[in-house]
Amino acid sequence: MCRGGVGRLISSGGEKTVFSSKMQFMLLFSRQGKLRLQKWYVPLSDKEKKKITRELVQTVLARKPKMCSFLEWRDLKIVYKRYASLYFCCAIEDQDNELITLEIIHRYVELLDKYFGSVCELDIIFNFEKAYFILDEFLLGGEAQETSKKNVLKAIEQADLLQEEAETPRSVLEEIGLT
Amino acid sequence: MALKIVKGSIDRMFDKNLQDLVRGIRNHKEDEAKYISTCIDEIKQELKQDNIAVKANAVCKLTYLQMLGYDVSWAAFNIVEVMSSSKFTYKRIGYLAASQCFHESTDVIMLTTNQIRKDLSSPNQYDTGVALTGLSCFVTPDLARDLANDIMTLMSHTKPYIRKKAVLIMYKVFLKYPESLRPAFPRLKEKLEDPDPGVQSAAVNVICELARRNPKNYLSLAPLFFKLMTSSTNNWVLIKIIKLFGALTPLEPRLGKKLIEPLTNLIHSTSAMSLLYECVNTVIAVLISLSSGMPNHSASIQLCVQKLRILIEDSDQNLKYLGLLAMSKILKTHPKSVQSHKDLILQCLDDKDESIRLRALDLLYGMVSKKNLMEIVKKLMLHVDKAEGTTYRDELLTKIIDICSQSNYQYITNFEWYISILVELTRLEGTRHGHLIASQMLDVAIRVKAIRVFAVAQMATLLDNAHLLTGNMQRKGICEVLYAAAWICGEFSEHLENPMQTLEAMLRPKVATLPGHIQAVYVQNAAKLFATVLKSQEGNTESTAAQETSQLMIDRLPLFVQSANLEVQERASCILQLVKYIQKLQQKDVEVSEEVSALFAGELNPVAPKAQKKVPVPEGLDLDAWINEPPSESESEDEQPKAIFAKEEPKHSRPRHTEVDEKELARRREARKQEQANNPFYIKASPSSQKVYQEGPGVEHIPVVQIDLSVPLKVPGLPMSDQYVKLEEERRQKERAEKKKKEKKKRKEKRSGRGKKHDSGPESEEDITPAHMVDIVTEEMPENALPSDDDEKDPNDPHKALDIDLDKPLADSEKLPVRSHRAAEAPKSPTEDGDAESAALQEPKKKSSKEKREKKKDKERDRKKSKEEKKKKKHKHEEKEEDLLGGQADEPAVQSEETSEVAAPPTSTSAEVSDLDFWLSNAPVPSNTQEAATVAAEEAAPVPEAASGTAPDSEPDEPKDTEMEESKSSKHKKKKQKKEKEEKEKKKKKKHHHHHHHSDGGGGEESVQNGTVEDEEPLPPMSNYCLLAENSYIKMVNDIQGNLQDGSQVVVSVIFENKCESFLKSMEFNVLDSLNSKLQRPEGSGPHDGLTVPFQLPPGVSNEARFVFTVQSIVMPQKLKGTLTFIVKVGR
Repeated sequence: MCRGGVGRLISSGGEKTVFSSKMQFMLLFSRQGKLRLQKWYVPLSDKEKKKITRELVQTVLARKPKMCSFLEWRDLKIVYKRYASLYFCCAIEDQDNELITLEIIHRYVELLDKYFGSVCELDIIFNFEKAYFILDEFLLGGEAQETSKKNVLKAIEQADLLQEEAETPRSVLEEIGLT
Repeated sequence: MALKIVKGSIDRMFDKNLQDLVRGIRNHKEDEAKYISTCIDEIKQELKQDNIAVKANAVCKLTYLQMLGYDVSWAAFNIVEVMSSSKFTYKRIGYLAASQCFHESTDVIMLTTNQIRKDLSSPNQYDTGVALTGLSCFVTPDLARDLANDIMTLMSHTKPYIRKKAVLIMYKVFLKYPESLRPAFPRLKEKLEDPDPGVQSAAVNVICELARRNPKNYLSLAPLFFKLMTSSTNNWVLIKIIKLFGALTPLEPRLGKKLIEPLTNLIHSTSAMSLLYECVNTVIAVLISLSSGMPNHSASIQLCVQKLRILIEDSDQNLKYLGLLAMSKILKTHPKSVQSHKDLILQCLDDKDESIRLRALDLLYGMVSKKNLMEIVKKLMLHVDKAEGTTYRDELLTKIIDICSQSNYQYITNFEWYISILVELTRLEGTRHGHLIASQMLDVAIRVKAIRVFAVAQMATLLDNAHLLTGNMQRKGICEVLYAAAWICGEFSEHLENPMQTLEAMLRPKVATLPGHIQAVYVQNAAKLFATVLKSQEGNTESTAAQETSQLMIDRLPLFVQSANLEVQERASCILQLVKYIQKLQQKDVEVSEEVSALFAGELNPVAPKAQKKVPVPEGLDLDAWINEPPSESESEDEQPKAIFAKEEPKHSRPRHTEVDEKELARRREARKQEQANNPFYIKASPSSQKVYQEGPGVEHIPVVQIDLSVPLKVPGLPMSDQYVKLEEERRQKERAEKKKKEKKKRKEKRSGRGKKHDSGPESEEDITPAHMVDIVTEEMPENALPSDDDEKDPNDPHKALDIDLDKPLADSEKLPVRSHRAAEAPKSPTEDGDAESAALQEPKKKSSKEKREKKKDKERDRKKSKEEKKKKKHKHEEKEEDLLGGQADEPAVQSEETSEVAAPPTSTSAEVSDLDFWLSNAPVPSNTQEAATVAAEEAAPVPEAASGTAPDSEPDEPKDTEMEESKSSKHKKKKQKKEKEEKEKKKKKKHHHHHHHSDGGGGEESVQNGTVEDEEPLPPMSNYCLLAENSYIKMVNDIQGNLQDGSQVVVSVIFENKCESFLKSMEFNVLDSLNSKLQRPEGSGPHDGLTVPFQLPPGVSNEARFVFTVQSIVMPQKLKGTLTFIVKVGR
């Protein structure tokens, strides 16, 4: 049923890189092929990451709009979905569930939407760190850590609050104190 | 100073923030690289400043640039600086940058250990959270080792927010530092029952991921997960658990039987497609691994197929795709169930989505029959014409060939049709699969004798029109076909209508542009053709024609002699000389054709690729034996030849064979003949006798042969295979008519019986007779060949390191490194030495105790004797105990664990399995009842013993105590039995009643306990879990471990297993405290209050509870006595 059970990529150098977690990575890129967000849940060298990104962006962009959201790529399964001008693209292992991955993507888009208020590509470009923070609250190590949207947003809001508290009132004083 | 500050702030106002950078990049589309390089210079300046805010801003920008593909590894140290900021704002940015930019080879990671530890223990949960998140991305083996204990502690954090993160990250820690798995696993398992659903789901995630990779170590968790599966409503969790069961079932088929019902229930009830899909997939996997023996097996498959049909019919492309994907899994084992949905799958071939068409193509393989093959292939050929991309077209091509050639052309009834299809496929532009078509042509032409006339004619046409195939550089791949064409025309040249014309076509100058290996075949087969031509021409009176042919060869061959390809050159020059010689003979009017054709006489029979392996090694031949003595290594190289010669002479290995008498030889010959006769691959003198299709009229009488003339040979490039579809239909009708006639005749002949078998009903598979006999060699594997798919696991697989037995008790050496303890470790070293010593001392004793145990087993039934033995043994242990104590008086936990390990390993797995057996045998599957009965019987046997099964604590025990306890326990046993009797009576009244069950807890030095329990039990004993007590309602097994965090505590895990048919509830566990050890009770409860067991037990279910004991002194042995009270719920 499962061939060894571990998806892996053959790296450019020829040595095997073994993926370990459920979701291997998530990429967000625009219709023009510009990378907007990348999250790697597997340790790969920068070179490999770039190579994979380039290859996947090309493959996914070449697909026709009405095609299904799954494709087999190397040893992995790619699940992608387009929202407006942005493609959300995840790589999962052979035995993983495509539909739940689609759900994860959708959930993430909903989270972004709630946080930014009808999110658009520019929101993610200009606040890319926030997009990462939200993703990190939602997924950890490639696993969904929180399935409740409310809880994710609450955690983000509270962390943001903490940030503002620290930033606004005391920044000048503290700077003086520090320098 | 102040000025500097002001200046810094003003500078900052002019700094670019992230937004400015992004905007800048967007405005410099033309010279982006240049713009960014100036930005990086700025960032470098910013990083040099002392202001942490400026640095954080710079790092944030770097993170963005990193995403764009710029190298930022030079700033790794600055990232660490920002991570270390005390302000959350900057820390957050620092960790983000680290998680994006760091990888294992980033050396500054080493510097972060302390910072991360500090953040992990921060009072602010978001600091901790951010550190955990970051760690999940860049954890290294070193970090994992150093922080494992901190993270493990966080799994019990008060905030679920932290708990769930810590649980999830443990998986990464395990991967990087496998040694942490065993110490951390008990706590991880605990989290399966965390009150927070998020934490629970995280624990399920992690354990499922672990178990998927090394399922066998987690088989014992099956009951727990089964319970979770039947109780959970969280789809995310359910999917994980179901997937886990999919991995466990192949190891434990009985699990599959238990699973089918809840899974089918879920399939029926769920509305979530993802869950439905997972269930269907798992059911398929389970059924495949079970293969047979399931009562409602086909019903489950039917259900799956039905649900998949719904998916495929859905308008959602994604569901369609997945439906087809899952179908293909069923196809392998249950082709019939899938075949009934052929209509739907054929429909998918027309889908606008290529990926869906490809999936449908995969399924087609199993859809074809003799009846519909032509039709399906016709449809595919249409798709070939329409296909836009070459990849899809190539895929179609290979699928067509796959489908047609599967199981030895089983479904092909007309090979002329197939050859035509292959010829048509050569029209494909830019295909990479020329060699595939070529090999099919060769295979069919060689193996289907009846088709050769037709094939040769087609191939001759191909050769004649070779320019169509080679003219265009794009068609490079397809010229492989010419290889086959040339070979077929040469080898079967006697069937050629106009061999001279073909010979000419093969010697055209253009041929020299073909790839070398094809030219070589051309040259060789030109020679074969030449032989055939000579033969026909010499028969005629004009001898000049034959000489002209030779001249043609002599004229054309030099072109090939000059070829750069050695093979071509060699063959050409050889043949050229041969022809020149022939010409000389011809000029002398010598008839040469016979001799020339003799060069190529004889038939080439098909041989299976693996036939060589099937050739038996002749008797007396040892392939591994040295023919000459191997030169010894000491000999120098110069001497070697001499030595070989010297040894060869006296050896005389042959004469030995001559000694065998004639009888023996005859016998061997006979045996060999017999063997050859049975060997399908032995090429016999007469043409092969095994024909797959024996029935049916002879080739000459097949109507198709006549029709053959009506099919004009067409230039490749024009479709013609379609006509065969019609012709085939006609042929079949004729055949059917003939058959009917015959049957009628038969029926007339003998009216009795059930002659209606093949009445005019729809044509069945068997009714279709092939138009050609197929001379097919089935390719068999040599007997001892192994399927190649059980390959070793990849040694690089990190999960392999996690293949760890989790049921073994923890040894002290396995404790997670705790940093604060490290400093204190140094003075401990003498104790460690003591450890080693005691271990050394232990070894001989281990043996002796083992021997004793074995002896004991023999005498098991003799209670008295065994008691004596026990006493003896206890003394032994006493001695041992002293040894141990001498070495490590301050570490009781260590001691007990080590000693218990002595006993545990050989039995652990079997015990675990028997536990699982019990759970599994509770399944209400009839086929299991027998097993259940035996298990129950086995389990029943030790009941009397169970009472004396003691609740061991990790404190050392005094032998006197144990002996006393022994006598007590027997008293208790009597009491208990009485009580049980009473209960049975009560039960008859069908009332709720209390049931007191005394378990006699005797603390004891671990090894003693393990020893006794093991010795007395007839069945393989529990591993680390030893039997605590058992009666007809409940069975308790327990395990004791020292608390890793708190040295003064001991955790006793008790698994309660409901053995009866009723619900057990309100369980209360109580232990009488001794002077030194106390059961920890919730605050506010009295010292004699019992602890409520936090769950109820439905019939057949087991669950685990943990009880913590505080131990004050370890000098004295402890014996504890406890009670479990519970209510049995009977009827209603």
